Amino acid sequence: MRHIQVAAVRRIRYSCTLFQLSAHPLMPPALEARNLVKHYPGVVAVDDVSFAVPQGSCFGLLGPNGAGKTTTVEIIEGVTPATAGEVWYMGEPAGERFRQEVGIQFQATALQDHITVRETLEMFHRLYDRRADLAEVIKACSLQDLLNRDNRKLSGGQRQRLFLAVALVNQPRLVFMDEPTTGLDPQARRNFWDLVKTIKSRGTTVILTTHYMDEAQVLCDEIAIMDHGKIVTQGTPDALLQERYPGIIIELPLADIVGDLDSLEHRVIEDLGIVEVISADVSGTLERLQPLISDFNNIKIRQPNLEDLFLDLTGHTLRA
Amino acid sequence: MLRRIFAVFAARNREFVRDRGSMAWNIVLPVMLVLGLSYAFGGDGRDQYTIGVLQDSAEIDSAQHPFLGTRFVEFVPVQDEALALRKVAHHQLDLLVSFDATPRYWVNPESPKGYFAERLLLQSDSAIANNISKNIVDGQEISYADWVLPGILGMNMMFSCLFGVGYVVVRYRKNGFLKRLRATPLQPREFIIAQVSSRLVLILAITIFVYTGTHLLLDTRMEGSYFALLLVATLGAICLIALGLLVSARVTSEELAGGLLNMISWPMMMLSGVWFSLEGANPIVQGMSRIFPLTHVLDAARAIMLDGAGLADVLPNILVLVVLCIVFLGIAAAVFRWSPD
Repeated sequence: MRHIQVAAVRRIRYSCTLFQLSAHPLMPPALEARNLVKHYPGVVAVDDVSFAVPQGSCFGLLGPNGAGKTTTVEIIEGVTPATAGEVWYMGEPAGERFRQEVGIQFQATALQDHITVRETLEMFHRLYDRRADLAEVIKACSLQDLLNRDNRKLSGGQRQRLFLAVALVNQPRLVFMDEPTTGLDPQARRNFWDLVKTIKSRGTTVILTTHYMDEAQVLCDEIAIMDHGKIVTQGTPDALLQERYPGIIIELPLADIVGDLDSLEHRVIEDLGIVEVISADVSGTLERLQPLISDFNNIKIRQPNLEDLFLDLTGHTLRA
Repeated sequence: MLRRIFAVFAARNREFVRDRGSMAWNIVLPVMLVLGLSYAFGGDGRDQYTIGVLQDSAEIDSAQHPFLGTRFVEFVPVQDEALALRKVAHHQLDLLVSFDATPRYWVNPESPKGYFAERLLLQSDSAIANNISKNIVDGQEISYADWVLPGILGMNMMFSCLFGVGYVVVRYRKNGFLKRLRATPLQPREFIIAQVSSRLVLILAITIFVYTGTHLLLDTRMEGSYFALLLVATLGAICLIALGLLVSARVTSEELAGGLLNMISWPMMMLSGVWFSLEGANPIVQGMSRIFPLTHVLDAARAIMLDGAGLADVLPNILVLVVLCIVFLGIAAAVFRWSPD
């Protein structure tokens, strides 16, 4: 099952890479954050954050709760003023053009009561000079059957689809999605991923904040991991994983360890009651492990993933 | 710009009209108040006479004349003779007397209470009965319903404008809807214009509906021009909406907004002449009442409806309302914030 998932991830990433190659090398980044700083009384929420997002790519900003990713994104979106720093859009300081061409799906927002889905979309549609074909947006977000429903009577997944549709009414060149699948069931999450892939396939740049590592792995071409207001690492998921984990992970129950593992590169995760051994030579490592564990049947072998990287870099377990 | 304003305007109208509870309350409450108060105070509920005393002083000196010591009579000092005569004409004063060098009194022969008040005056002192000169004032009685109708319509307008705008904006800010709008090309001034327009259209429609209904039901008095009345109502509504926006320009807590709006609305309701006239009240209180926009709305509306005043007559009230509108809207636009921070 895991092999199938990994293969799917690679296929998606391959198609995105093709798209990026088609972009002109002198094209300015869709977005540049330059030395962003945000101070609240007694707290540095964002501490000198800089990154650039190429046009047509999907950039993931990851981090545990309170890492500063939402504040960073809201500074970029222009809804929270920065203490210091600059935001550039398509090679120029973010201004009126940015507001016209950017779509935003907020993590927490609300719509008007007593208003239907259609009326909500029509209202936001009229706020922009640059406008998408509303029928296409409705179809892309699968809202056809909900158009006459009161906003208050939508399920969590339906609301997220409406929020995404609101973010798309201006045919955006850049879309922000702030934890778009938080609180959704697995089926709704996967449906949402399909929507994001469709948006990406049209050449729209996507900036995604999430604390779901599988989501980032499926959707993002490049990620940055934030903790305590800073970016702790940045790159493509594959490059970051290869750099950090030159091999695969052999997972052992802590209770089964009967010998000394010091001769092997490993880490103990006491919360989960496991030991992880990283190895480029699986058969050799398994041979060396044989006398050190009591039950060989409990061993699991798996590819390293972003969750491992996240855990290593932030020391946080993931919280949904 | 107009497209964006209209988009927000239309959505806000739909939201209000579909909120049936609020909508019904805005219409039913004033009608019930007018009917209830007309029933309670429209008949012979008052057990005393009200007699105006034309004099320079703000205090009644009962030693001035034995009549001024009569029990169960409310003596009201008045300085403005023309205003007092209008009140005699409309049976709001049963009699007007002057005990200066040339004692005089004014009475409306069509007023039953005026007749009895006149008898009391003439019997209070035989000497004066021969010396005092009688003056006739003609005019139709103004019922309590006539008098209170502008007050209740004004009060309904005040609550609808202050809470319907102020509270809603704070709710929008708290639940993140304003943040969502901020991320669009919509400008704060466009949002404010849309909110003012939306509430203005709705409150004027409701006020006209309620006025027409009560007017037909109770045959209330309308001496002046409907255009002048509409102009005063429009200016008053804009002024009160702007005040609601000003209160809510930065507030993020509905509780705080409710407290602030109550702090403004209750004194305004008590001191603007919604339920009773402030004539005869402490001059400081009367002066304070002039700072409230509702006072100017009601003074102008009553002058138009009851006395047939024209635009020129109510120009001072109109000018005050225009100035207040500009000040409130200007400050609200300057200090407005989409979200805290």
